[in-house]
Amino acid sequence: MIDSKLKEKAAFAILLAATIIVIAPVALILAIILINGLPALSFEFLFSIPRDGMRGGGIFPALVGTFYLIVGTALFAIPFGILAAIYLNEYAQRNRLTRAIELAIINLSGVPSIVYGLFGLSLFVEFLGFGASILAGSLTLAIMTLPVIITATREALSAVPRSFREVSFSLGASRWQTVRGVVLPNAIPGILTGTILGLSRAAGETAPILFTVAAFYLPKLPTSVYDQAMALPYHIYVLSTQVPNVSVKVQYGTVLVLVGMIFILNIVASYIRSYFRKKKTW
Amino acid sequence: MKRTTEWIIEKLIFISGIGSIVFVALIFFFLLKEGLSLFASVNVFSFLFGVNWYPISEPPQFGILPLILGSLLVTLGAVVIAVPLGIASALYVAEVAPKWLSEILKSGIELLAAIPSIVLGFIGIATLAPFLKNVFNLPSGLTALAGSIMLAFMAMPTIVSIIEDSINSVPRSYREGSLALGATRWQTIYRVILPAASSGILAAIMLGIGRVIGETMAVLMITGNAAILPTSILQPVRTLTATIAAEMGEAVSGSEHYFALFAIGIVLFVISFIINLVADFFMNRNKKRNKKK
Amino acid sequence: MVNNKIEIGGLNVFYDGVHALKDLDLKVREKEILGVIGPANSGKTSFLRCVNRLNDLHDNFKMAGKIMLDGKSIHEIDIHLLRKRIGIVFALPLPLPLSVFDNIAYGPRTHGVKERTKLLEIAESSLRAAALWDEVKDRLETSAFKLSGGQQQRLCIARTLAVGPDVILYDEPCSALDPISTLKIEEAMRSLKENYTQVLVTNNVKQAARVADRTAFFLMGEMIEIDETSRLFTAPADKRTEDYITGRFG
Repeated sequence: MIDSKLKEKAAFAILLAATIIVIAPVALILAIILINGLPALSFEFLFSIPRDGMRGGGIFPALVGTFYLIVGTALFAIPFGILAAIYLNEYAQRNRLTRAIELAIINLSGVPSIVYGLFGLSLFVEFLGFGASILAGSLTLAIMTLPVIITATREALSAVPRSFREVSFSLGASRWQTVRGVVLPNAIPGILTGTILGLSRAAGETAPILFTVAAFYLPKLPTSVYDQAMALPYHIYVLSTQVPNVSVKVQYGTVLVLVGMIFILNIVASYIRSYFRKKKTW
Repeated sequence: MKRTTEWIIEKLIFISGIGSIVFVALIFFFLLKEGLSLFASVNVFSFLFGVNWYPISEPPQFGILPLILGSLLVTLGAVVIAVPLGIASALYVAEVAPKWLSEILKSGIELLAAIPSIVLGFIGIATLAPFLKNVFNLPSGLTALAGSIMLAFMAMPTIVSIIEDSINSVPRSYREGSLALGATRWQTIYRVILPAASSGILAAIMLGIGRVIGETMAVLMITGNAAILPTSILQPVRTLTATIAAEMGEAVSGSEHYFALFAIGIVLFVISFIINLVADFFMNRNKKRNKKK
Repeated sequence: MVNNKIEIGGLNVFYDGVHALKDLDLKVREKEILGVIGPANSGKTSFLRCVNRLNDLHDNFKMAGKIMLDGKSIHEIDIHLLRKRIGIVFALPLPLPLSVFDNIAYGPRTHGVKERTKLLEIAESSLRAAALWDEVKDRLETSAFKLSGGQQQRLCIARTLAVGPDVILYDEPCSALDPISTLKIEEAMRSLKENYTQVLVTNNVKQAARVADRTAFFLMGEMIEIDETSRLFTAPADKRTEDYITGRFG
């Protein structure tokens, strides 16, 4: 008896140690980024163009590029993803087609990001002739983000009680009226949270934009969707591997901006989640 | 009027619904369209099993065996590190830690999942590589081992969260039954909970592998990028994904090299397809098994 | 001459292959309250949900037989129109997460009524008919969840009335309510008799005795007998009916 108690203590200590090995580096990484990146942050760093072969100046074009890409991705992925989730959750019967769609979504979420890059290059850049452009990059990121949005939306839709739908149907509402009238309004917080998380992930992706939009260096801002653009993740790649002698300050400053942006999106998402969870009456 | 709008909306919903199938098909089709052109001049066998990847020498050689082995080596290393750590932390978070601590740990893991791979690659170059260089006294820290460590870390959120879910889906009655018979919590965990969650754990491992094999930017930056047959984990290697990322920029559209990179894309697509199907199989088994009781 | 509002002939219902309702023949008369009693799983609810085709939402549902509303098969009536004409009140009070007013207005809006004055008129008349108006007239804009359980259920009745049905189905409407709220609902039913045909499925035998004109007894998917309520309760023709109403099982 004492023996098994002792064993339990030892086992739990090992589990704790493993957890620390997993979690401690996260804290360490964030600390390193903060400590090295904070000194770089200034109004000028955020809002001026890179100078001295990107060793100085700011990151404004990359910031703007990433912003455009997020907006572009959102424009394509959100409507498509939400409609697809509505189909799966509210319309689809349990049959082979539905199963095939589900498998397709699982596979889309598993396709390596660089393969999305190849696909975007071949379909959007070359075949459709968009060239390396914000349009091609956004579409590529959008398809990559779809499974995240579909899955999150589906969860949010299925969390709406079945009885709401029955009430609506029993009053003579059609399926679409039911979806619009009682299902969507009650699923919006969940959809919003999932969508923001999906977009924040897209914002940090590098591989899919490598050949579809990302520019090494552009002194001016893009003016149309057919322009190339700089983007924060790719800019980090360039600063850390392609340009020699970039100051640590500039590198970490850029990293901090990207990570900060993504964390803000994440915080907004979880705030929405907890706010509506508290307000929820059903 | 109302009926027409509704009709249009419902058609849009249906089209979006089957969109995912269309996209998977499109991806596969466009990879094939470009990738298969390679096999007009190179045979499949010497592509898959050729030991030399010299895409721009004269004549070029397109053997991806070193890349496949590079990916495998890095993945294997990552799995060896990630699986025990992942299972242990998931157990700690789900079964051992008090609620407040487990909430904190979970948000820590969520934070990790939110950090982009490019950032982890960058930090890896700045911290992990010099560290390994010193410890093992290497000419460069950019090695397969560095990649494995990094990737193990990156796969952790996937592995931990799925294992945690499957542990949580083990019916409460199993736990209570075991504890009522006088077993300690630890005995309950490894005799009852681990076996009951085994399908979920397998699914987590598969999805972790999928994440690791497909990871691009961090490995590109940290594994040293040498397209040679790896003999040791302390050597630089080059993975399938990193090859595409590193070389597509230079490959001329429509050249053999360009096609070869797409052919690598096909290999990656097929691997991820299989891994996800297997993971889905385990996932469904886990659901079914724990629903019955 | 009594008019039959609903006529059911040879109705059989299956869920996932389980035979839930067997060869049901039943006529519901215009403007009567028909009580349907019986133990759990006797097919009462299955019968009810066939009439307004709510069962169609169930994936593995199959039915055979005829159901006629005013002499016309319900499958020949547009399903949305059918559900508009045959309202249902569920076992639990199920207000939508909207204000009192929006709950009532939900149905009419679905059927194209947009003007607020018209909607307010409908709300007032339906709430009055459901005997709720005086209790909620000053808080039409508060959340329906703020009402008591009994008020919520009467709100659901009003919501059903608001789309202008001629038949109201009740699926054990008082099973979650206290005795006082139950009495209020029964009063509302009696006052609705003038304009509506009502079918009350209940697991409370006394409730059927109190409000139903005629009562049917269901057991294991079959209708055992149907008669004037007074007769069924005093001189049941079937031994099983007697056993049930005297509380020997169920």
